[in-house]
Amino acid sequence: MSNKNLKHYIYGIADNALILGQRLSELCGHGPTLETDIALTNIALDLLGQTRSYYQYIANLSTENTSEDDVAFLRKEREYRNVLLVEQPNTDFAYIITRQYFFDVFHFMLLNKLQKSKDVNLVAIANKSIKEVGYHKQFSGDWLKRLGDGTEESHEKAKQAVNDLWVFTDELFHSSNNDHQVIESGYGVDPNSFKEEYYKTVSSLLEEATLQVPETKYFQKGGKEGIHSEHMGYILAEMQYMQRTYPDMKW
Amino acid sequence: MLMSEEPQIHHDLYPILKSVPDPEIPVLSIIDLGVVRRAELHDTKAVVDITPTYSGCPAMDVIGDDIRKALNDSGYEPTVNLILAPAWTTDWMTEEGKQALKRYGIAPPTDAITDKKALLGEERVIECPHCGSSNTKLVSQFASTACKAMFKCQDCEETFDYFKCLI
Repeated sequence: MSNKNLKHYIYGIADNALILGQRLSELCGHGPTLETDIALTNIALDLLGQTRSYYQYIANLSTENTSEDDVAFLRKEREYRNVLLVEQPNTDFAYIITRQYFFDVFHFMLLNKLQKSKDVNLVAIANKSIKEVGYHKQFSGDWLKRLGDGTEESHEKAKQAVNDLWVFTDELFHSSNNDHQVIESGYGVDPNSFKEEYYKTVSSLLEEATLQVPETKYFQKGGKEGIHSEHMGYILAEMQYMQRTYPDMKW
Repeated sequence: MLMSEEPQIHHDLYPILKSVPDPEIPVLSIIDLGVVRRAELHDTKAVVDITPTYSGCPAMDVIGDDIRKALNDSGYEPTVNLILAPAWTTDWMTEEGKQALKRYGIAPPTDAITDKKALLGEERVIECPHCGSSNTKLVSQFASTACKAMFKCQDCEETFDYFKCLI
């Protein structure tokens, strides 16, 4: 398996953490309460820390003088492999929590399998990250239950968020042709191996939250191939501003 | 955790590293926090491996700088490496470290089993570091830093940080 394929595969994991981390960091100072503000930005910090570990590894795999900052800030929109789910906007607290929960359950199951990868670096990152993601999942799951099974208004908002974001869940389980090669060589994880378990876990929590599991069979995709929603350009414009304005700037 | 092998720290370097505090919890030495995993001495060259508590821990850069400065001041040529594996666990925090946290007003991590139960949805009992009461409740899973949770004591009514377990 080539370094190029492996890097492509790692982007598929790391870019999710970067873009969701960036989305959550927008909430710094804007969370609905002090405790949730701090919790969401702590989760952002965990995700950005995990991203750094992946990007440092990608930089090491690259032959040129590539740094983790180049990897984070100097790619074009089409080169980011994050799923559409994580770039969805912070519409309201119900959206933030639902997006988080849908991602956290997937993320936890993925890392759990990645701990058995043949790649020692990915194993180290997965071992480290899964401890953090366990807390993310508990936080978002607890809140989704509270919102769904809360007041009439919180229930309505959670229902709306679940219905709107559900269409982005299927893409979590897509793999590109390059990904398949990495998976077959034992370095990567086939997300389909836990797809059934994912929907079972999510459905059971939604039920507990008195929310209906959407029945739609129509799903959105594209992010993993670099075809993003209209939100992505704005995220990158803000995130890459400093490096684009002052190329090669250092902290 | 079984893989929590004892850190290998050269005895000449130990007191120097012990004097370096955690920048966010200054009562805690980085040795007591368990982030120093290896410290070797080759003539005047000191090689120190540190591991982050959390992936995004912003204190790691400062800890690296502080170690380099402390070793420089003692006449060594320091190299500090950041390692990820094996992943840090609160089990690596020393008993002395836990007592220091408690005196500082932060409830130290309990045993891993208690927190594992909490992750599975069961209640955990955390003692208030101010009055010692067990009548406390979780306010938020995340507090002033990612490594802590926020609790409130229902007896003395103070809120306090709990250094949550990573296992």
